[in-house]
Amino acid sequence: MTPLARARRVAVKGGAVGLLLPALLLALWEALSRFGLAPPNLLPAPSAVLKSLRDLWFAGELWGHIEITLLRVLLGFLAGTAVATVLGALTGYSPLWRRLLDPTLQALRSIPSIAWVPLFVLWLGIFEGSKVTLIALGAFFPVYLSTMAGIQQVDRKLVEVAHIHGYSGAALVRRVLLPATLPAYIIGLRGGLGLAWMFVIAAEFLGASEGLGFLLIDGQQTGRPANIIASILLFAVFGKLSDVALAAISRRFVSWQDSFQSAEEKKAHAADQARLQEI
Amino acid sequence: MLQIRHVSKRFDELAALADIDLAVDRGEIVGIVGTSGCGKSTLLRIVGGLEAPSSGSVMLDNVAVAGPRPEVGLVFQEPRLMPWLSVRENVEFALAKRPRDQRRPLADAALARVGLRAFADALPQQLSGGMAQRAAIARALVARPAVLLLDEPFSALDAFTRFGLQDHLLDIWRADQPTMLFVTHDIEESLVLSDRVVVMRAKPGRIHAQYRIDLPRPRRRTEAQLQSWKERILEDLDLAQKGADAEPEFAI
Repeated sequence: MTPLARARRVAVKGGAVGLLLPALLLALWEALSRFGLAPPNLLPAPSAVLKSLRDLWFAGELWGHIEITLLRVLLGFLAGTAVATVLGALTGYSPLWRRLLDPTLQALRSIPSIAWVPLFVLWLGIFEGSKVTLIALGAFFPVYLSTMAGIQQVDRKLVEVAHIHGYSGAALVRRVLLPATLPAYIIGLRGGLGLAWMFVIAAEFLGASEGLGFLLIDGQQTGRPANIIASILLFAVFGKLSDVALAAISRRFVSWQDSFQSAEEKKAHAADQARLQEI
Repeated sequence: MLQIRHVSKRFDELAALADIDLAVDRGEIVGIVGTSGCGKSTLLRIVGGLEAPSSGSVMLDNVAVAGPRPEVGLVFQEPRLMPWLSVRENVEFALAKRPRDQRRPLADAALARVGLRAFADALPQQLSGGMAQRAAIARALVARPAVLLLDEPFSALDAFTRFGLQDHLLDIWRADQPTMLFVTHDIEESLVLSDRVVVMRAKPGRIHAQYRIDLPRPRRRTEAQLQSWKERILEDLDLAQKGADAEPEFAI
């Protein structure tokens, strides 16, 4: 294989090919701005966005905005997840609790969460309390639903094996129910984290004096589109980073599932090869 | 040592088992054959303490069975291994009551007996169907149960793997001589393995006939005497005239 062919192979296999389109679009965007085809007061050039990021950083205020937003997301996510885990475990494990709680929670779920904002502000004030509560509410439902479904879908045959070997109560939960539920639970956590990021923007739109969401609104009100795009960029970066971190932490606990999938893929691949051989 | 006394089981209107009486001696291998729906699996689940009889009782060494017991091992049609545990950990799963430092050597010994010592650290998904079922047998045997119950243990496997595992099961039996009660829809399997074959019929599930198979083991699958028993059992099951078409799931 020539070095060029190998490089092409690495680029295609390694997903580098997926960077091609964004790079082209960026170049096009920059070119349009440079040649005056895009009005800079509406669509600043990528270089202008980078410059505004740098200015914000050296003005010393950027990290403060990032920090407060991260803290809100973290607190809201933890609070929502904690409540969702307890309620999801109850409704997943016990039909009685499910009949008692689930209809009400499902009804609450049909209310668009932003609709709660005026009430939260009224009850909890315009400061951190109402913001964190809104984020917690956003994170709650995906975690609650996947915890409940995850526990309900645990293979009864495996539970029977545990009963045969004398497991019950806490030992049954720890040795069978917990590991069997974990994959669904982690999917719920990642969904909850995504919604926490969505809701932090909503919360910061509504009367915040710092945070990335405030930067967005501030950029609009003071006519600085570069700041808006810079904030969007930061949301993307930190949203993605937090998801990658969560995925990395959880991979330790469900590594058996990874090897399951790769084993399945191997089998499917072998079957494909066999079919090709026959032809 | 194992006595099934007048056991009946009803599921709502359906009489699954009617007045089953069966005594199994220590170290005996009893195979139960019957068409689907004759209640043979239900009977095994009752003996294993997974279900309670509607009436009657199961006595194990003169103690009534009221739930799963450590001296009874169970093997199901599917391996039922915990996918998140290694093969060794799956076997150790059956040793929760033992001190921690005893579990690993016992599990490794059980795996060695089923020829899976080299796969102790593998995950269940990396095993073939036959290997996974051997791991399940190791888990059922690791606590040295006095009674081993097997519910169609080899029916999900291909013929060659099945023959191999049948021989394997007999090797294991020779070492420990556990009392074995197994359910199958493979008449030949019951004849190759059992000291006694119990034929059950459905509606309601009941014992129709019993045959003592007093041939030395290992038995050849093609042995003439086995063939004559096979014919009689097929007649018992009303399958001889209609042939295999009447019950396509039935292996002959």
